[in-house]
Amino acid sequence: MVCKNASLGYEDGIVAENLDFTIKKGDYLCILGENGSGKSTLIKAILGLKSQVSGTIEWCGDVKKNEVGYLPQQTVVQKDFPASVREIVRSGCLAKCGLRPFYSKEEKELAENTMKQLEIDKLAKRCYRDLSGGQQQRVLLARALCATRKMLLLDEPVTGLDPKAQTDLYELIAKLNREGITIIMVSHDIVSAVKYASHILHIGGRKQLFFGTTEDYAKSAAGKLFIGTEMIENE
Amino acid sequence: MSNMEKLRFYFDFPFVRYAFIVGILIALCSSLLGVTLVLKRFSFIGDGLSHVAFGAMSLSATLPVMIKKYALAWSGDEKLSPRMQSVVNWFGNLNDMYIVLPVTLICAVLLLRTGQNTKIKGDAAVAMLSVSALAIGYLLMNRYPSRANISGDVCSTLFGSTSIITLKQEDVRLCIIMSIVVLLTFILFYNKIFAVTFDENFIKAAGVKANAYNLLIAVITALIIVLAMNLVGSLLISALIIFPALSAMRVFKSFRAVIICSAVISVLCAAFGIIASILYSTPVGSTIVAADLAVFILFSIVSAVTGRVRK
Repeated sequence: MVCKNASLGYEDGIVAENLDFTIKKGDYLCILGENGSGKSTLIKAILGLKSQVSGTIEWCGDVKKNEVGYLPQQTVVQKDFPASVREIVRSGCLAKCGLRPFYSKEEKELAENTMKQLEIDKLAKRCYRDLSGGQQQRVLLARALCATRKMLLLDEPVTGLDPKAQTDLYELIAKLNREGITIIMVSHDIVSAVKYASHILHIGGRKQLFFGTTEDYAKSAAGKLFIGTEMIENE
Repeated sequence: MSNMEKLRFYFDFPFVRYAFIVGILIALCSSLLGVTLVLKRFSFIGDGLSHVAFGAMSLSATLPVMIKKYALAWSGDEKLSPRMQSVVNWFGNLNDMYIVLPVTLICAVLLLRTGQNTKIKGDAAVAMLSVSALAIGYLLMNRYPSRANISGDVCSTLFGSTSIITLKQEDVRLCIIMSIVVLLTFILFYNKIFAVTFDENFIKAAGVKANAYNLLIAVITALIIVLAMNLVGSLLISALIIFPALSAMRVFKSFRAVIICSAVISVLCAAFGIIASILYSTPVGSTIVAADLAVFILFSIVSAVTGRVRK
C-alpha cells in the first residue's frame, strides 16, 4: 500500500498534511502520535471510510481496498452486548457472504479454526460481556482474521488491559506477523512499538514527523525526543 | 357465563379470530426488532416515531374535512363541485395507513440519519419531532373535527382501540401482509442485522454497506410502529418493542437466544393480554403492556437470584 502526499481532514480544516509512506507485505507498522494528531482520521482513510482531501492512497499487490481486517476500539454498545463468542467471530465472515443470507459450511469452519488458533475455542459459547478485557480483544482479533488473512489494522488494541494481558496480546500479534500477516497498529505505547514493530510512522503537529524502519527511528531526532520524554516519564 | 364460554362465544366471530392473529403477529415482529433497537441505543426512536405516526393519523383523519372547508371558502359556493366532492370522498375512503406509513417512513430515515452524526443533536431532534407531531396532530383534530367525539378519537389513537373488535377487515389484511414482509426480511438479513448492531465500523471496513442495513432497520421499525398503532396505540408502542428485549437480555447470553426468548415472551404476553381484555373488558393495549411489565419484573428477579447463586 502506498500513501502519497495525502492530506486528511474534515470540511472545517485539515487534520494531517503530506503523509507519505509505503507498507509492504509482511511489515509491522506502528503509527505513533499524540491525541488529535490525526491518527483516527488516517485509519478511516486507510479503511476507505473517508476519502482524503488531496493526494492518493493506492493499493497494489494482492491486498485490495476493503480487504483489511479491522480491530476497532471498543464502543459503549459492545460492553454489555448479549452475544456468544461464536456469533461474533462468525460475523467476521459477513463480507464474504454478499447477499447470501446465511453462512456457508466453509465460513463456519473458518470461524472454528480461527478460534482454535487464538485459543478461544473453549469460550465459544460464553457471553461476550462476561469475558475479561484481554479475552474480548482476542475475540475481536479472531473476527478480524475471519475477514482477511492479509492485513490487520489495530486501533490501540491494548487500551484498558492489565500489563500481563498487554504483553500476551503483543506477543500474539507478533506471532501473527511472523506468519505473514501485515500489521498496522495505532498506539501510544512507544516502548512496545519500538520493541515489536518493523516500521514506525510518527505523526504530530499536523504533519509527518518520521517514517522508516524502527532502527532508524531510534536514531532520528523525532524518535530521540519522543523516546527520551517517554523514558523520563517512566522513571 | 363462565370464562370459557365467554371466550368461545367471542372466538366464534371470524373478526375476533383475525384480530387475535394480527395481535400475535405484531407482537412477534416488534419483539424481533426490539433487541436490535435497544442494543443500538435507539429505543427512543421508536417512541418518537410513534408520536409521528399519531400526527400522521390525525392528518389523515382530518384531511377530507380540511379540503372540503377550504374548497368551499375558495369557490364561495354553498355546495362542492362534483369534482371536488369526488376528491374529498377519495380521501375519506382512503385507508389511514396509506398516509401514516409514508410519513412515518420518511421520519424514520431522517431520524436515524441525524442519530448517526451526533448523539445529543439526535436526541433533541427526536424529542422535538415527537412533541411537534403530537401537538400538531391534536391541533388538527380539534380544528377540523371529522367526527363528533374528538376525545374518544384521540384516546383510541393514543392508547389503541378500546376493543380489538373495532379493527377493520382491511386493516387485518394489511397487517398480515406487512408482518410477513417484516418477518421474512428479518430472517433473511439476520446475520447482517447482528453485525450492524454489534459493530458498524468493522463491517464498513470489510466493505459491507452498513448504511444500507441501517436504512433497512429504519424502514422495518417504521413498518412495525404503523402496524402496532392499531393494537396498542401510539403511546404504548415503545413498550411492545422494548420490554420483551429487555426481559430476554436479563437472562440469556447469546444474541440468538435473546431474540428467540424475546419473541416468545412478546407472543405469550400479547395472547394473554388479548384474552384477558376480552374476559375482563379492559383496553387491549394497556393489558398487553401490563403483562409485558410483569414478565420484565419476573425476569429481573430471576436474573438477580441466579446471578447471586453463580457468584
